[in-house]
Amino acid sequence: MKILVCISSVPDTTSKINFTADKSAFDKNGIQWVINPLDEFALTKAIKLQESQGATVTVVNVGDAGTEAVIRKALAIGANDAIRVNTEAKDSFSVAKEIARVAQDGAYELVLMGKESIDYNGGAVPGMVAQLLNFPFVNAAVGFDVNGSEATAVREIEGGKETISVKLPAVVAGQKGLVDEKDLIIPNMRGIMSARTKALQVVEPSNTEVKVEAVSFDSVAPRAAVKLVSADNLDELVRLLHEEAKVI
Amino acid sequence: MAVFVYAENINGIYKKAAFEAVSYAKAIATKTGDSVTAISINPTDSSDLLYKYGADKVINVKDAGLKNFSSKAYAQAVNEVFDGNVIVFPHTTDASSVAPMLAIQKNYSLITNAIDVPESTSPFQVKRRAFSGKGFMHAKADAAGVIVTVSQNAYGVKENAASGSEEVKELSIANEDTKVINHEQSSGKLDLKEAEVVVSAGRGMKGPENWGMIEDLANVLGAATACSKPVSDIGWRPHTEHVGQTGKAISPNLYVAVGISGAIQHLAGVNSSKTIVVINNDAEAPFFKSADYGVVGDAFQIIPALTEKIKALKGA
Ligand SMILES: Cc1cc2nc3c(=O)[nH]c(=O)nc-3n(C[C@H](O)[C@H](O)[C@H](O)COP(=O)(O)OP(=O)(O)OC[C@H]3O[C@@H](n4cnc5c(N)ncnc54)[C@H](O)[C@@H]3O)c2cc1C
Repeated sequence: MKILVCISSVPDTTSKINFTADKSAFDKNGIQWVINPLDEFALTKAIKLQESQGATVTVVNVGDAGTEAVIRKALAIGANDAIRVNTEAKDSFSVAKEIARVAQDGAYELVLMGKESIDYNGGAVPGMVAQLLNFPFVNAAVGFDVNGSEATAVREIEGGKETISVKLPAVVAGQKGLVDEKDLIIPNMRGIMSARTKALQVVEPSNTEVKVEAVSFDSVAPRAAVKLVSADNLDELVRLLHEEAKVI
Repeated sequence: MAVFVYAENINGIYKKAAFEAVSYAKAIATKTGDSVTAISINPTDSSDLLYKYGADKVINVKDAGLKNFSSKAYAQAVNEVFDGNVIVFPHTTDASSVAPMLAIQKNYSLITNAIDVPESTSPFQVKRRAFSGKGFMHAKADAAGVIVTVSQNAYGVKENAASGSEEVKELSIANEDTKVINHEQSSGKLDLKEAEVVVSAGRGMKGPENWGMIEDLANVLGAATACSKPVSDIGWRPHTEHVGQTGKAISPNLYVAVGISGAIQHLAGVNSSKTIVVINNDAEAPFFKSADYGVVGDAFQIIPALTEKIKALKGA
């Protein structure tokens, strides 16, 4: 089975988010880049299928040369090879178009990714890719297994979960639960060394138009200083919540 | 032209998110001088519930084949009845799975996680959540039509009665590529993303056996429960309760954080809560910097006492 795992390169989760002085763009100064944490669940799931089913795992990233360190990390985790579509990721639609084209050209039977990226929180690429490929789509997957040409997925639903069978080829967007947190693979020295020799193919984009533009950005307004209430005076806390904040 | 809205129902029952989406669609329609048409798939609830929030028309799609949810089949169903330039979806798990597929089918712009009414409707421009709550983005749609998903609890539910009418549309969409094997719904539990009040606890609770007091407090407040990431990683609580950058993003009116340090990744998912109360025995816990109200002290003493006091207030 051929699996394509989509990786987005995002600011490390501890990053403070700043914007350029004119607020027109995210300020990349001093930012460390990591594999989108939700994509790591998808990648680990794919590596497990590689081990159990002899699947091959290709990672794809739509991004400029700056994302290669993150792609190498995915290779160190165990992906067989990688493709970078050489263009800055500008909106969900253009990214989805590039991924769908790679998926089609390579005739992948399974496209795995995280349900959203923690930077732009679009949550749109997976469904778009599925529609572009005309594949079934399972979102918010917290479990997945393959059995021949059929697969089963467990998806989160509001207030519960649902187990479904899915015909392959399919697009599955995962989150925590797809694999256990403790099973996430931390690259070891051998993985890091072998990643250097694995193929990282760079392909040119199809220059799709974008459908959504980022006009400007705002930072989060700081909260007023905390009002501390003594642990011996919880009546005061109840009063504040009732009379001042009016939330109880 | 009508502003459309996808009114999500779960097993036929409208969700609060559906009422919020209709309220939001009504706000757009008021700006543009249009009417509101809601689309729902196999609802059993009365359309009156949607008129109340401003729906002028409700299209009830009847399709036995759509008894079970499938993003692709649902997107196709919506596509068959939607013929406008704007459609609003709630940003729930299911609705936000349908919206991207519909965006491709229609060749429209898709803007997700909107947190306010649009700044402009032509071109469509709206403020949205980004960077997991650590920033906001003003997004502009380039295509002729736009699909927008509204972040839950961001706009709120607003009554705005219309004298609506209902149309039933019979469809029969092939729904073959996914099949439900098992469906587990925990009944009686408040949906975390819809809850107006959330009581959340972290590693400071020491173990799952201590969650009884968190649930008691949640019960008197009519709140949903949540937890920090390590708590669900260790398995003290189900991961559906994990809030934060890599868990659920929530924006309740009141967020009570007990024994949670307030790491940047946790804050990312909760800092759009309107009022934040932090209870922590460490006066230096970073969470106090992002809280409205704080109590420094032992949760094991504070929580039961606070529960009693709130019970007294509510009983009064
Ligand atoms: C990639 C990545 C993604 C992440 N995503 C998330 C996320 O989405 N959500 C999330 O929550 N975290 C996330 N984290 C983890 C985050 O960095 C913190 O580790 C986590 O939020 C800490 O959880 P905690 O506050 O429950 O535990 P701790 O850090 O152990 O803090 C426990 C707190 O409880 C207090 N305490 C102890 N005993 C008591 C008592 N008796 N009474 C009152 N207070 C007490 C302590 O003073 C302390 O402040 C992520 C981390 C990474 C690396």
